[in-house]
Order: sequence, then structure tokens, then C-alpha cells
Amino acid sequence: MIDLQNLILLDWSRALFALTAMCHWIFIALTLGLSWLLAFFETFYVKTGSGVWKRITRFWMMLFGISFTSSLATGIIFRFQLGTNWSNFAFMAGDIIGVPLAAEIIFGLFLMAAFYAVMFFGWERVSKKTHLFATWIVALGSSLSAFWIIVANAWMQHPVGMAFNPDKARFEMQNFSEILLSPVAISKFAHAASSSFQVAALFVLAVSSWYLLKGRHQDFAKKSILVASVFGLLSSVFTGFTGNVAAFANARNQPMKLAVIQGLYDGEESAGLVLAGILNPDKFPGDSKSPFLHKVRIPGLLSLLANRESGLFVPGINDLVFGNSKYKIMGAERKIEQGKIALELLSQYKTAQKEKNGTRTKMALANFKNYEKYMGYGYLDKAEDCVPPVGLTFYSYHVMVVLGLLIPIIFLFFLYHTYKDTIFRKKWLLRFGLVSVFLGYIASLAGWIVAEVGRQPWVIQNILPVSVARSNLTTGTVQLSFFLFLFLFTVLFIATIRIMLKQIHIGPETPRIE
Amino acid sequence: MFDSFTLSQLQELWWLIVSLIGSLFIFMTFVQGGQSLLSYVARNELEKSLVINSLGRKWMLTFSTLVLFGSSLFAVFPLFYATSFGGAYWAWITILISFVLQAVSFEFRQKQGNLLGARTYEFFLFINGIFGVFLFGIAVATFFSGSSFQLDDYGQVLWQHPMQGLEALLSFFNVALALFLVFLSRTLGALYLLSNIDFRLDLVKDMEKRLRKAVTTNLTASIPFLLYFMVTLATGEGFAISSETGEVFMEKGKYLHNILAMPGILAMLGAGLLLVFWGAAKARQPATTCGIWFSGLGSTLVLLGLFLTAGLNNTAFYPSSFDLNSSLTIYNASSSRYTLTTMGYIALGMPVVLACVALFWHKMDREKISTGEVSDFTAKEIY
Ligand code: HDD
Ligand code: HEM
Ligand code: HEM
Repeated sequence: MIDLQNLILLDWSRALFALTAMCHWIFIALTLGLSWLLAFFETFYVKTGSGVWKRITRFWMMLFGISFTSSLATGIIFRFQLGTNWSNFAFMAGDIIGVPLAAEIIFGLFLMAAFYAVMFFGWERVSKKTHLFATWIVALGSSLSAFWIIVANAWMQHPVGMAFNPDKARFEMQNFSEILLSPVAISKFAHAASSSFQVAALFVLAVSSWYLLKGRHQDFAKKSILVASVFGLLSSVFTGFTGNVAAFANARNQPMKLAVIQGLYDGEESAGLVLAGILNPDKFPGDSKSPFLHKVRIPGLLSLLANRESGLFVPGINDLVFGNSKYKIMGAERKIEQGKIALELLSQYKTAQKEKNGTRTKMALANFKNYEKYMGYGYLDKAEDCVPPVGLTFYSYHVMVVLGLLIPIIFLFFLYHTYKDTIFRKKWLLRFGLVSVFLGYIASLAGWIVAEVGRQPWVIQNILPVSVARSNLTTGTVQLSFFLFLFLFTVLFIATIRIMLKQIHIGPETPRIE
Repeated sequence: MFDSFTLSQLQELWWLIVSLIGSLFIFMTFVQGGQSLLSYVARNELEKSLVINSLGRKWMLTFSTLVLFGSSLFAVFPLFYATSFGGAYWAWITILISFVLQAVSFEFRQKQGNLLGARTYEFFLFINGIFGVFLFGIAVATFFSGSSFQLDDYGQVLWQHPMQGLEALLSFFNVALALFLVFLSRTLGALYLLSNIDFRLDLVKDMEKRLRKAVTTNLTASIPFLLYFMVTLATGEGFAISSETGEVFMEKGKYLHNILAMPGILAMLGAGLLLVFWGAAKARQPATTCGIWFSGLGSTLVLLGLFLTAGLNNTAFYPSSFDLNSSLTIYNASSSRYTLTTMGYIALGMPVVLACVALFWHKMDREKISTGEVSDFTAKEIY
């Protein structure tokens, strides 16, 4: 029953969305972190009155401005794409996720827009204190913005505080505070924000390392490194911690994602944590092949991390697809059967309503309520469809974690050598610092791939698969949009990078007597 | 507080709030108007720099207002969002692209290594200045003229025209409103620049003259389009909701009836137009620069009157000309009661944020932008 046309359309829609998401995130990660670094730099300036700190603030602020602008340019597409390309999702979930997304504009974007102008053009127009205030509000605003958006995203990963309304055929909000304070939202925000702080800190290290290698702006570079590496180090500790919280949350709410992250096909008690491994590309759910060609495992650790208790059962992909009676896990096959019944009853309900047949309407509704829980599964064709791409998710996760362990070490080295004032002589460290910003980006994008690809095939976990979420467009329309935006974003990306490189090359303004 | 409202009161309240945001956006399109005037009013690099820097300090607010308009529609009328964005696909994608171009142009234009060169970015500003407003106007006009779509039992939209939204350009009624808004935005743009730039130096006296002239010419050019739009609107058919069956049907003179039934709206339209003219008249007096506030408030009132006409008094605000009963009304397209109430509390933050915006706008604009400030082309904060 594979509908090829539908599949192709779906893939293009996803490609378009992924493209927009990635482009947006590349700038956002930098924007989010730099905004806080600016606030710190300027605070030092106001405290000490020293011209170096002012130059530092203004230089990084200029790079922040470029990145912020590109964030806006990609973000507006991101927002409206929820309507243009995922209109059925927008309709079915709008009652819920519309709220945090609107709140984001009021409390995030508007604040930033107003204070951005003060921060950029207000040096001579407002007092020092007011200016500093504006810079802090921009930092706060950017994180608030991120918070609200991640509330929306976290709800899609773990839908709470809502109910299905069969009359409207959509999901409706029941409890806003449950959505706002969902532990998934909080931990996800903490993780995504702190990881972006690392990316921005690595960016500052990279640029400053380049100056030191060239022997330019040494005082400027050293002070920048000092602040950035303290900030980065603290953030990376926090990222590691919140990452583990996120994995724990996955174990509870998205067991399939956890199983895929670990390449765990057959569930185990005292399951081991796979540190590194090469997946067997020929492995499919249900067959008897070994999932790994090679692997390094710490016995028992996964059970401990996933359940906060050692020795408990962690379900694998096969358990979730085919069910496991011993541990009372219902397989996707059964869920799909029930889901199909739910959908059928829903359509009976709609027909009865149209025919104004009171008793049949009531009966269909009462019946529907019994099966409603698995309605989302009813849209899937076969049980294996509920398994996300294993390879992409597995490797992305491991890349992220390895980098998560490596990055704090980079910060430590920089901090130590800057503190000892030996950083000038450590050419190898500076060269490494130069490329480390890419490591930050790789980890960050990998993290989103884990979160988003690992959630497939669901847009809203267990409730709405991507195939139902999309708009009714022709494949050609979406293809054309994809190439249009590919072109637009490529040009935007190249222009942004070139301008940044040029500005970095020019460097901070030369000291004037202040 | 919002809990004591009935559902239909909440829906009407929200239509009012959303309309207000949309009308404020039209006021804020003075940025777009200024962009499209750039090549006419600024004849050398210095003048250009003045105009672009003056607009550059406000563009993000206009942009945010547009996004706020879209986002609040999403939150309180999600069916509209899904129907219009998913259906009138190319119309929205085109609008979005024009705003992407705008977003980067201010920041990139003067920067070295900007890949495309300053002229290209100025051209982008022009494109956004004209088409951003024009297409938005077309979209607003479809609130009255309707679009061809159908909704199925599950709220999914099936758009009936292969141009996916761009077909709205083929109606002169739509185009008339769009052109009116384009000329209005240029009028506002000229008025804003007059109030924001320091013209005391002889160097820029010529530009001041051109700006004052632009106010009159653009307002004059806008009037025929407004007249055509209003007359057609008042005499033509409208999409009415039957108060007994809830079905949508065509009613002759519906929008005229709406205006007459709601005298407040008539007053808004009348007072709004007067204020627009008054502000423009101010620009004819030498040394007077406060016209933007009158015309700005006036345009907000006019647009608010139009939006309210489209949605209140049992009218379908996003009508389907293909299948009348797929038309969206503020009653069938809205969010649940719970969500409307929650959004009510969130919206209470809006006045606070707006007050903040106004306060800092005032602080920043106490001194006008002077030639000295923008002529240091090496400074990093100059657009
Ligand atoms: C510099 C970037 C960076 C680094 C070093 C890490 N992460 Fe991460 N991670 C992210 C950047 C990121 C991210 C891009 O910010 C994600 C995507 C979604 C999210 O909320 O954060 C993410 C998601 C994410 C998820 C998926 C959450 C979900 O499914 O919703 C898990 C389980 C982890 N991370 C775990 C970790 C662990 C255990 C790390 C190592 C110590 C780690 N991350 C380091
Ligand atoms: C900025 C960081 C984000 C990145 C890099 C990202 C990345 C992705 C990617 C790569 C996909 C496609 C997965 C696939 O189809 O295989 C996707 C899907 C999706 N994401 Fe995200 N995402 C991000 C944040 C968000 C947020 C915050 C939201 C919600 C507000 C969101 C909503 C969606 C939706 C609706 C889809 C469905 C389309 C699909 O699954 O293909 N994403 N995302
Ligand atoms: C520095 C903070 C950020 C800025 C300046 C920013 C900028 C923007 C802008 C201007 C938009 C379009 C309008 C809007 O929604 O505001 C947008 C949309 C979006 N952004 Fe960002 N963004 C930020 C943080 C984030 C983060 C942290 C994520 C994801 C994890 C994200 C994901 C999205 C998504 C999914 C959309 C489309 C949905 C929506 O409108 O909310 N953004 N962004």
C-alpha cells in the first residue's frame, strides 16, 4: 500500500524543512551564546571604564549583528513553513503550539527588536547604564525566545496537557501550565541553550586564536579568550548534565528513540551502554542478524541511566515493534490495528453527525473513545514504520557525546594557558582552537538530528505521523520551493560568512585615546 | 477575568486584537514606503545613508509586527492559518521571500565582502518596499473578495486554483486595495523621514523638498484606488452568515450594511481618513515635521475599520468563493475557549512590551539623525 507519489512529496517536504531548520540553527546557536557574552563584556566595560572592554564589546557586537540578521531571515521562513508545508499539522495542533509561538513574539522577538536598536545605535544616544541594560535585555530576550520555541518543540516530542476533539478533528489545549512546565521542555531548553553557549564560546576562541597566531590584537584576544573559556567550560558541564537528563526523559517518553540511539534491538535487563560501535547495515527489525559489526559496551550502565535504577528492563526496537508479553509491552502491530479501528469509528461518527443520526453519533463516539489512545498508529501501514532511521540517529548521538566530552577539555587548556600567560607559545593549541568551532557545530547539529530524526515517523510523538501532517501540495510545488530556498539560503550563507571573515580580518577598531 | 466572557465574545475580542495588530503593521510599513522612495529622494551617497540609517533603526519593529500578526492569527484562528498558508501557498512564499531580502539588506549593504554589492541590496530594499506591502494588501483584499478553496470534514484545505494564491492578483478589486496601501506606505515613509532626519544643514535641504513633495504626490496617487475599492466594496455582494442556520450566503451590499450597522466603524474610517490628510497637510508647512503621527494614527484607524468590517456582524472573514460553506468565520475558525482565554492572559503582556518599545523609541529619537552621524563610512554600526 505504499503510495509512491505521497512518499516523494513527503520526502521533499521534509528536505525543505530540514534545510530551513539547519540553516536557522547554524545562526541561532551563535546568536544565543554571543548575546550573553556581549552582556558580560559590556558589564566589564561599565565596571572598569576601560577602553579595551569597550572595543571588545563593539567588535563582537558587530559579528552578533550579522548573525542575528541571518537568524531573522531564516527564522521567518521556519515559522511560516509550519503553515505552508505542514498545514494539517498547523490545523491539528495549532490550538496548542500556537500559544507558545505567539508568546515568543511578544516576550522574545519584540523585546529584542526594540533593544537591538538601542544596543547598536545607542552608544552616543543613551547613557552607559541604559545601554548596558539594553544589552542584557537582548541576551535575556534571545533566551526567552528560545525557551518558548522549545516549549513548542518539546510538546511535539512529549504531548501533554491536551485532548482530541472529534467534532473539530483536532487537538485542544487542556492545561497550559502542564505544557509550559513540562520537564521535557525545561531540560530540552537547558540543554539546547547551554550547548549554544559552547558553540559561541568556541567561535570566540577560534577568532581570538587566529589573532594570536597572527600576532595581532593580543590584549584584546586574551581577554576575549578568558571570558569565553570560563563561560564555555561552565556551559559544557551543564550541557553534559542536562544531556543525561534528556536521555532519561527519552527513556520514559520516547523508548523507541532511546533504543535507536543505542542500537538496542532486543531489550535487556541490565542493558549495557554502547560507547562506540559500527552498526550492521543489513540488520532489520525482527531478523536474527547481529546489530553490530563492532562495539564497545559498558555492561549495565544503560539500565542505570534510563531507569535511575540498575538492573531494570530497557525495551529494544524489536520489543516495541513486535511486542513483548513478558514485560507487558504492546507492540506497534497491535497498536496499528487499534488505531485503524479508531480512525474508522471517527469517520463513522462524522457521517452519523452529518446525517443528524443522534443514537449512531453517540455510539460511534463512545466506541471511538475506547480506541482513541492509538489513533495516531492507525495512519501507519506496518509495524516497522514506527522505527526511525537507526544509523543516522545512532551515529549522530555518539558523535555528539564524544564531542561533549572533548569540548570541555579544550576550554580547560585555553583557560589554563591564558591564565598562565603561556597561550602565545602554544601554537598547536591555537591551531586546534581555530578548528574547534566546527566541532561545536557538528555536535550541535548532531543533537538536533538525534532529537528530530529519532522522533520519526512522528511529528507529534505517537499521535500524528509526518505523512498526515503535510499540506496538500503537488510534488512539483514543494520541489520548486526546495530549490528556491536552497538557492536563497546558499547565497545568504556565503554572504554572511564572507562578511564575517572580512570583518574579522579588519579586526577591532584600533585603540583611540579615550 | 477572561473566564467570564462567552465564547463568541472571546472570538470577537480576538478578532479586534488581531485586527489592531494588522492595522498597526500598516502604520509601520512606513519603513517599506521609505525603502521604495529611496532612489527618488536620495540622490547621493550621503542622502542615501541618511535614509537607510533612519529606516534601519525601525525595520525590525515592522518585521516583528508582521510576525506578531501571523503568529497571533495562528494561535487564535489556527484554521485560517492552515487554510491560507497551506493553500494560498505561492502568495505567502513570495511575501516571505521579500522579507528575507529585507532582513539582510540593511545589515549587509555597507559591509565589505557582501558578495552582491551595495546596489543589489538597495534593489532588494526596493523590492520589499513595493511587493511586501502590495502582496500583503492583496492578501487582505481576499478577506472581502474570497478565494477558491474547499475544506474537508477533517479541516484539510484543498485549494482549487493551480496558481495557489497568486490568482488573487488577477482581480482588480484586490489590486486596488494593494496599490492604495503601497502609496499610503510611501506617504507614511516620507512623513517619517521628515520627522526623523535633521534637515538643518543646507546640504540636505533638497532632499527635504523632495520628501515634502513625495507626501503630496503619493497620497494623491492613492486616492483613486481607495475610492474604487470602497465603492466596489459598498455596492458589491458580501459573504454573510445566516443567523438562523449558520450557513454562508451572498448578500448584496453586505459590507455597506456592516459599516452602517456598526457606527463605530464608520467613525473610524472617517476620522482615519481625515487624520491621514491632516498629517499630509502638515508636510506642506515648512518646518513642521510631526505629520507622521497624524497620518500614522489615521492609517491605523482606516485599516482597523476595514478589518472589523470583514469579520464582525455575522460576516465570513476568509470566504471561499468556490464553496460558500467552507468559508471561515471567526466562530468556526477559532481556537478552543481554553486557548482563547490563555492567549488573553498572554496578550496582557503586550501593552507592557509596547510601552517599553515606545519609551526606548522616544529615548533614541530625541535627537534627529544628522549627516555627521552617518557619514563615517568606516564605523561598524552604520548601515
Ligand atoms: C554543542 C552541542 C552539544 C553537545 C556537546 C551535546 N549536546 Fe546533546 N543536544 C544538543 C547539543 C549538544 C542540541 C543541539 O542542543 C540538542 C538538540 C535538541 C535539544 O534540545 O538539544 C541535543 C539533544 C540531545 C538529546 C536528544 C533530546 C531529545 O530527544 O529531545 C540527547 C539525549 C542529548 N542531547 C544528550 C547529550 C549528551 C549525553 C551529551 C554529552 C555529554 C550531549 N548531548 C552533548
Ligand atoms: C532549530 C533547530 C531544529 C533543527 C535543526 C531541526 C531539524 C529537523 C529535521 C532535520 C527534521 C527532519 C527530520 C526528518 O524528516 O528526518 C525536522 C522535522 C521537524 N521539526 Fe525540527 N528541528 C529543529 C527545531 C524544531 C522546532 C523548535 C520545531 C517546532 C516548533 C520543529 C518542528 C519540526 C517539525 C514540525 C518537523 C516535521 C517535519 C519532519 O518530521 O520531517 N523543529 N526538524
Ligand atoms: C536567539 C534566539 C532566536 C532568534 C533571534 C530567532 C529568530 C527567529 C525568527 C525571527 C523567527 C520567525 C519569527 C519567530 O518565530 O520569531 C524564528 C522562527 C523559528 N525559530 Fe528561531 N530564533 C531564535 C531561537 C530559536 C531556537 C533556540 C530554536 C530552536 C530550537 C528556533 C527555532 C525556530 C523555529 C522552529 C521557528 C519557526 C517556528 C516559530 O515561529 O517559532 N529559534 N526564529
